[in-house]
Amino acid sequence: MRKADERYRLDIFCRVQNIAEELNGSQNMTSTKPADIPNKQFLSTRREDNWWLGPASIALGFTLFIIYATVRAFENQYFEVSNLLSPFYSPKLEFDWWHYSPAILILWIPAGFRATCYYYRKAYYRSFFLTPPACGVTGIGGYKYCGESKFPFIIQNIHRYMFYLATIVLAILWWDALQTLFTAGHFFDFSHLQFSVGSLIFFANVIFLSGYTFGCHAFRHLVGGGLDCFSCTEGSKTAMTFWEKVTKLNENHQLWAWLSLFSVGFTDFYVRCVASNVIPDYVFFSLAK
Amino acid sequence: MRNAQMRVFRGDATGGDFKEYTVPVEDGMVVLDAIHYIQREIDPDLAVRWNCKAAKCGSCSAEVNGRPSLMCKSRMESFAEGEIIFVEPLRTFPLMRDLVTDVSWNYEQNKRIKPFTPKEDAKWVMYQEDVERVQEFRKCIECFLCQDVCHVLRDHDRKDAFIGPRFMVRVASLEMHPLDQGDRMKFLHDEGGVGFCNITKCCSEVCPEDIHITDNAIIPLKERIVDDYYDPIAKFFKTIFSKN
Repeated sequence: MRKADERYRLDIFCRVQNIAEELNGSQNMTSTKPADIPNKQFLSTRREDNWWLGPASIALGFTLFIIYATVRAFENQYFEVSNLLSPFYSPKLEFDWWHYSPAILILWIPAGFRATCYYYRKAYYRSFFLTPPACGVTGIGGYKYCGESKFPFIIQNIHRYMFYLATIVLAILWWDALQTLFTAGHFFDFSHLQFSVGSLIFFANVIFLSGYTFGCHAFRHLVGGGLDCFSCTEGSKTAMTFWEKVTKLNENHQLWAWLSLFSVGFTDFYVRCVASNVIPDYVFFSLAK
Repeated sequence: MRNAQMRVFRGDATGGDFKEYTVPVEDGMVVLDAIHYIQREIDPDLAVRWNCKAAKCGSCSAEVNGRPSLMCKSRMESFAEGEIIFVEPLRTFPLMRDLVTDVSWNYEQNKRIKPFTPKEDAKWVMYQEDVERVQEFRKCIECFLCQDVCHVLRDHDRKDAFIGPRFMVRVASLEMHPLDQGDRMKFLHDEGGVGFCNITKCCSEVCPEDIHITDNAIIPLKERIVDDYYDPIAKFFKTIFSKN
């Protein structure tokens, strides 16, 4: 406590000194002096709560997922069995000229969509870039900070394009989920209808992914958020209906983001377990004889 | 009746430090009451800006235990017994005296924003669905807690390049107004510094009016900026439709 007090006194002293210099120089209290950043020592704060717990948990969660996804993407086996195809490898793109894992050809799309997502940006700017680590806690960087106004973070503006691509991938994942409802090789043959643990996991995954994808801030803007008048035309009234529905999803965007991140990892893990004969895909019922 | 241990910043442009006070706590008391007790009983020269004590004027903004808060909304009973309560001025703005800072920079930013510009043939009839979004922004009481907590202003001191979340809300309230025809996108991109915001949502966390500053104002503005500056397809369609 005493150390913190001393640090703060020093902060305040620097700040007052800076203001005094400013007053002497220009007699203008509202002007700022770009060269001097007063009272800004890294991680200085008066907060006594566990402010570090949130960003630390998020950093841990992201790191574990990134490690798992990277290992699985490069593993290049145990990603397909019977009617189950891992979401990391879907759509399965196989070309003669490509000699590496097909996951690499597809994973950049969901990765890019999440990396540019407004929720994830908040999360990793806090947890990894420490700008700031928490509210009221001094982060990294001084006056040169330029946020998303310059390279590299200006690239975040491609988010809506990543959304378009992610929607295509999502449609393919729905197709994969539908395939789990039929025994392998009998897609849309209703005499071979079945429902397995794999079906349950695949459908949960695509529902969570849909909740996340269609609650996206960019989509919210595209369906009607960009309009100023909702009542002006029949088209804008319809847009408002869509906008309201997307807004409902968007209000829990963080929850959908985490649910879908966990579900996509777990779905892949389940496929790996089945493909490597660790567990069977238990079938609840099947019409196939 | 228990006592609260408070450390209140005392000082001005020449220097300052925390001063310790013991304040008797009564039911329903807020930090601003404690500050008034100190003024009344111990240090009559303690400087504090306040007005309504009802969380509507936005005057009594300060940092209570490191959190930008309205003193009139910070209940004394929310602190544990024996917990030392630190009260200090907003860190982002120049200190005048004790708990009072000079927030006039904010008013200068406000002047830079193009005011409400109605269409010439405006019919002045508005429907609830059109103004609902804007009404949320009108709840702002200009306490400037969002400006204080915003790391772009607080840590990086980019007051020369970024107008801050409060004025993003104001721009949003005008841009989304169904009768307004002013265009503030160029200002927002070139001078307002919307790109400086990295949407870490601290402004939304501290807002005493619970305005969803980031989700409902800043991000929609960022998306409109994308329309105008970074998305050639959207720009193409916007050009076609605006001509029609």
